[in-house]
Amino acid sequence: MPDSSAIAHDAPEAGGIPHGEHPPYLRHHFASVEQQADTANFAMWLFLLTEVMFFGGLFTAYLIYRNWYYPAFVAGSHQLNVYWGTLNTLVLICSSFTMAMGVWCAQTRRRSGLVLCLILTFILGLGFLGIKTIEYSEKIEKHHVPGFHYSLQSFLDPDSDAAAKAAGDRPLPLDMARHTEVYFSLYFLMTGMHALHMIIGIGILGFMILRARAGAYTAGHTTFVLNFGLYWHFVDIIWIYLFALLYLISRHGA
Amino acid sequence: MSDTIVSLPDQSTARIPKDNFLTRENGLLSWLLTGDHKRIAILYLISITFFFFIGGALAGLIRLELLTPQADLMATDTYNKVFTMHGVIMIFLFLVPSVPATLGNFFIPMMIGAKDLALPRINLLSWYLYVIGGILVVYTMVSGGVDTGWTFTTPLSTHYVNTNVLSTGLAVFIAGFSSILTGLNFIVTIHKMRAPGMTWFRLPLFVWAHYAASILMVLGTPVLAIAIVLVALERTIGIGVFDPAKGGDPLLFQHLFWFYSHPAVYIMILPGMGVISEVISTFSRKRIFGYTAVAFSSVAIAVFGFFVWAHHMFIMGISNYAVLVFSLLTMLVAVPSAIKIFNWTFTLYKGSITFETPLLYAFGFMGLFTIGGMTGVFLGTSGTDIHLTETYFIVAHFHFVMVGGMLMAFLAGIHFWWPKMTGRMYPEKISQLAAVVTFIGFNFTFFPQFILGVLGMPRRYAAYPPEFQVLNVFSTAGATILGVGYLLPVLYLTWSLKYGAIAGNNPWQATGLEWQTQSPPLTENFTEIPVMDHEAYDYEWLERQQQAERNRDGQNPDRQKVKEVASAG
Amino acid sequence: MSGQNGHAHTIVGPGVYVAILFALLAGTALTVWASFIDLGFWNPIIALAIATTKAVLVVLFFMHVKYSTKLTKLTIFSGIFMFLVLISMTLADYISRAWGSW
Repeated sequence: MPDSSAIAHDAPEAGGIPHGEHPPYLRHHFASVEQQADTANFAMWLFLLTEVMFFGGLFTAYLIYRNWYYPAFVAGSHQLNVYWGTLNTLVLICSSFTMAMGVWCAQTRRRSGLVLCLILTFILGLGFLGIKTIEYSEKIEKHHVPGFHYSLQSFLDPDSDAAAKAAGDRPLPLDMARHTEVYFSLYFLMTGMHALHMIIGIGILGFMILRARAGAYTAGHTTFVLNFGLYWHFVDIIWIYLFALLYLISRHGA
Repeated sequence: MSDTIVSLPDQSTARIPKDNFLTRENGLLSWLLTGDHKRIAILYLISITFFFFIGGALAGLIRLELLTPQADLMATDTYNKVFTMHGVIMIFLFLVPSVPATLGNFFIPMMIGAKDLALPRINLLSWYLYVIGGILVVYTMVSGGVDTGWTFTTPLSTHYVNTNVLSTGLAVFIAGFSSILTGLNFIVTIHKMRAPGMTWFRLPLFVWAHYAASILMVLGTPVLAIAIVLVALERTIGIGVFDPAKGGDPLLFQHLFWFYSHPAVYIMILPGMGVISEVISTFSRKRIFGYTAVAFSSVAIAVFGFFVWAHHMFIMGISNYAVLVFSLLTMLVAVPSAIKIFNWTFTLYKGSITFETPLLYAFGFMGLFTIGGMTGVFLGTSGTDIHLTETYFIVAHFHFVMVGGMLMAFLAGIHFWWPKMTGRMYPEKISQLAAVVTFIGFNFTFFPQFILGVLGMPRRYAAYPPEFQVLNVFSTAGATILGVGYLLPVLYLTWSLKYGAIAGNNPWQATGLEWQTQSPPLTENFTEIPVMDHEAYDYEWLERQQQAERNRDGQNPDRQKVKEVASAG
Repeated sequence: MSGQNGHAHTIVGPGVYVAILFALLAGTALTVWASFIDLGFWNPIIALAIATTKAVLVVLFFMHVKYSTKLTKLTIFSGIFMFLVLISMTLADYISRAWGSW
């Protein structure tokens, strides 16, 4: 089996590391740097699995209610600005690219390249959050936030609402109009949970930029950058699905 | 009971090794900031024991109330709070972490020949999260409690109660995170930290069981987390995902809740089954019959355990087709558990059996878990479930598997590994007595509850029809005996820390790697990483080791054997 | 650089990353364009198919899974599998409720 043979080959004499191969960042319970890096990588993947299941509950709720209240979901989706959404998707994809490039820089020991890539990723991440803030503000203004004076006006009388009118929406019956609140609950839940993960990621990026400038990741110990990259790409993937599911429901106008 | 395999060093000359994980460093901070998996295990052991007795006291209150048909000891609202807290504490603060966080933490690295778990700091974080969760539970209790039942069913928990749903939810969320990190740590450790020669099929079955339980922890617990978040948001800002008035479905909560909470029961029982495998093998001096089947059955339980959650929802409004499918799948999941029981039985057959305390608890486990498991089949059959659900039959069922099963396994494990963890033997006679008292008390407490359930007594009620009183009185009397049975180990185990016999490396003459080192172990576990060159449960290998040692010692008279038991084939 | 042992972190070059970047950007354009065309019940299927393709590209290349061990691939597969179990078995209840009692 690959794992134990890797350990058998890499673990030199019983328990000890030969002189000269004991970098300061090698923790005492590992037999080799390779084992330590491998372990951290695997641990990160397992953590991402927990995130998949965490979001899984939200996706389940989304699919159920979209099935039950399709017209409400259509009307709700039309209230989202597809241009902001698309721009945000492009921003995140570029940030994944810059993050991947950052990993390459770390692996090839390009310190200033790594710092640049991390800074770009940071800025793109902030850009995403900025656009999200604009979108959320618009929702707040229009009283489309569940639990906070939620307004059915746009759905009962689409002509009074620019976005609904542009999409050619017809008025919804009262009970279906009420169900738009479920759509917006899921919108805020899913994008909000996603944004929370972005904020945490950006925070860690800030920390990483400082450490990268000091050369912490370009001297052979790239584990932190690699594993953070996995987290960042995962957050990007979540957004790819959120964009498709929340923004693109029946945009073609019946 | 004069036969025993116990092999202790000469008590007049034996000493606890001066350098061990308990003495290596001193001071409070060396414990609170430790990375040593063994110290973290001890920290966990103390904390879960503390919460076990709080949960037990709450159980005592329940049984006291149920002595009489009227709700006369406490207001019904208070009663609701008592059983809710009993459930929350026992499940999340005791059963889920019990074996994994104590025995698993302590012994998995040693069993696989590693110096520590893969992620020691994450391990410490796990414990702190557990403690924070526990503190929040205590806060909940002193600030008025919560009365929704541990299942937090919506819309009761979201719209109709004024009690501390939020703080309890937060406590469970945080404790859940503790569990996720423990499981993550175990999976990584078992994959990446095995010693040379330690292939998957040479691992002790204890490790396989924890591996399977860890998969459940990692994949299942996050869904509970999101369910709690949704309840919290529903309660505070009224998002409407569970509210019919806004188009939500209260049943969605149950789907998400049980998606975790059913695998949770396997999270609780699998590590216990791992303990039983080790104990049965050691005390019958035989390799576990059908090692591969037992290993794979652990994984099968983990996988199938994810497919059956809606059998907790048969009467709640899911579709008839869903009832059919989930009922069928539930029948499947019983099979791997049965495989284990059969294999343990075949291991005992023609083994050299001696009746030390761990095996007594293991016997208790096998009998009581089998009964509990079989009653699970009645409940998985949707037709009978309609009559039995929400009655005391359910209460009896899960107490048989969890208390008669899991808790007995935990006690078996604590006794089995006590000499290794502390260097001291517990007193055998009183511990055997405690095991028997526990068994008797358990049966008196919970068997009547099966009958009560069939007769129709509902669960979670402080008052009941007078014709049920006799059985309830039996049950409460049994609970008193059970309480004594649980108190005794706390007393004599504590006593043994100072006065117990010095155990030596391998008092049970067991085959695991953890038994080939000193007791208590060194901080780094091994002076040199062992190379695994034999199969698991290889008693012939052990015999050769011991022979070689005897030759080295040259028949040293200091070594005293009580009775040598020839190793079984 | 520790590139010798077996599956040690392969260094994926910028060329690959740029290619994937353009593929992802193109996929985004495609999915937005497709959503404005009336394809009936195919719309959500196409949207999800494009999203999944993009996700797979990110996983394989940005997250290096194409160059990773079997263990990593198995781990990802088990996560996706359980995610699908949660969604499909829960949805099965909701969809079959509409079928009535037998």
